[in-house]
Amino acid sequence: MKSLLFSLLLAFSAPVWAGEAIPLAEDPVLEKRLLKIAEELRCLVCQNESLAGSHAELAQDLRREVREQMKAGKSDAEVIEYLTTRYGDFVLYRPPFKPVTYLLWLGPLLFLGLGGSLWYVALKKRRDLNLKKTPTDEKQLAAAAQLLDEKQ
Amino acid sequence: MKRWIPLLLFAVLVGFFAKGLFLNPREVPSPFIGKAAPAFTLPVVGDATRSFSPEEMKGKVWVLNVWAPWCVSCRQEHEVLMALVQNQLAPPIVGLNWKDKDREAAMLLAQGGNPYFAVPDDLSGKVGIDYGVTGTPETYVIDKAGIVRMKHVGPIDPDIWKKKFEPKLKELGV
Repeated sequence: MKSLLFSLLLAFSAPVWAGEAIPLAEDPVLEKRLLKIAEELRCLVCQNESLAGSHAELAQDLRREVREQMKAGKSDAEVIEYLTTRYGDFVLYRPPFKPVTYLLWLGPLLFLGLGGSLWYVALKKRRDLNLKKTPTDEKQLAAAAQLLDEKQ
Repeated sequence: MKRWIPLLLFAVLVGFFAKGLFLNPREVPSPFIGKAAPAFTLPVVGDATRSFSPEEMKGKVWVLNVWAPWCVSCRQEHEVLMALVQNQLAPPIVGLNWKDKDREAAMLLAQGGNPYFAVPDDLSGKVGIDYGVTGTPETYVIDKAGIVRMKHVGPIDPDIWKKKFEPKLKELGV
């Protein structure tokens, strides 16, 4: 009886053995922050990869550097500034809005305006053409009315 | 005339693409041009008692060449630098030894000759990062006041030296 109770206890204690999975990084919150920032940044070696996804050595070094700076209490903006002073705006996937990038940001609007005005001009031209074709002669109008009457 | 417009637009587009195709994507504009070269103090390869700092070079125009023993194109460049220094065609070249984990720089320089004025040892790669290095070799021209004047990405060959470095160095009074 005692042994049965013991084995039962043992059976139910099984879930206790399963420890929680050890997180890869010491600080999951910081790691999340790092990942969020690194996804917005370009890896300088394989330029179409983000700093978060790249396995390049430089990317690893930069991630380590960013992690250390975050641990030291730097804000996201400060970390990004650290990288842009060294590597330029090129590291940012979202270029900042400033004189050299005005054309980049406003270009689409410019083209939309250009296309829109071309479209407007074309429509106006066609309308004017249609207006010209409409008979304004009194006699022609009378003739047309007569023709319509006859048909009815 | 009007029917040629699409073709013309197409030609312009092709022009842009062709230009883009022949640009070197590693040639990222350096934010340091016109700014002070970042300061650092590092031990020197082959002489543990000495250290190097850019402060030492104040008053001189000099070249900072970032290289590494594991970098293949640096070996070609090494020969070019050797020839330049032997013929006294270059200002002092400082060779930043970047992330030399296998500690091979001293041996390599003993074998192939040492064109460098000094070889600071940047094992962690932090100084390289401070200079915005993305890969070796990269070369900076720094003026008498310690301002970065030019950056070249990729190995230097005699042609590049003549076309890119010589005019810049002349402008800086070398």
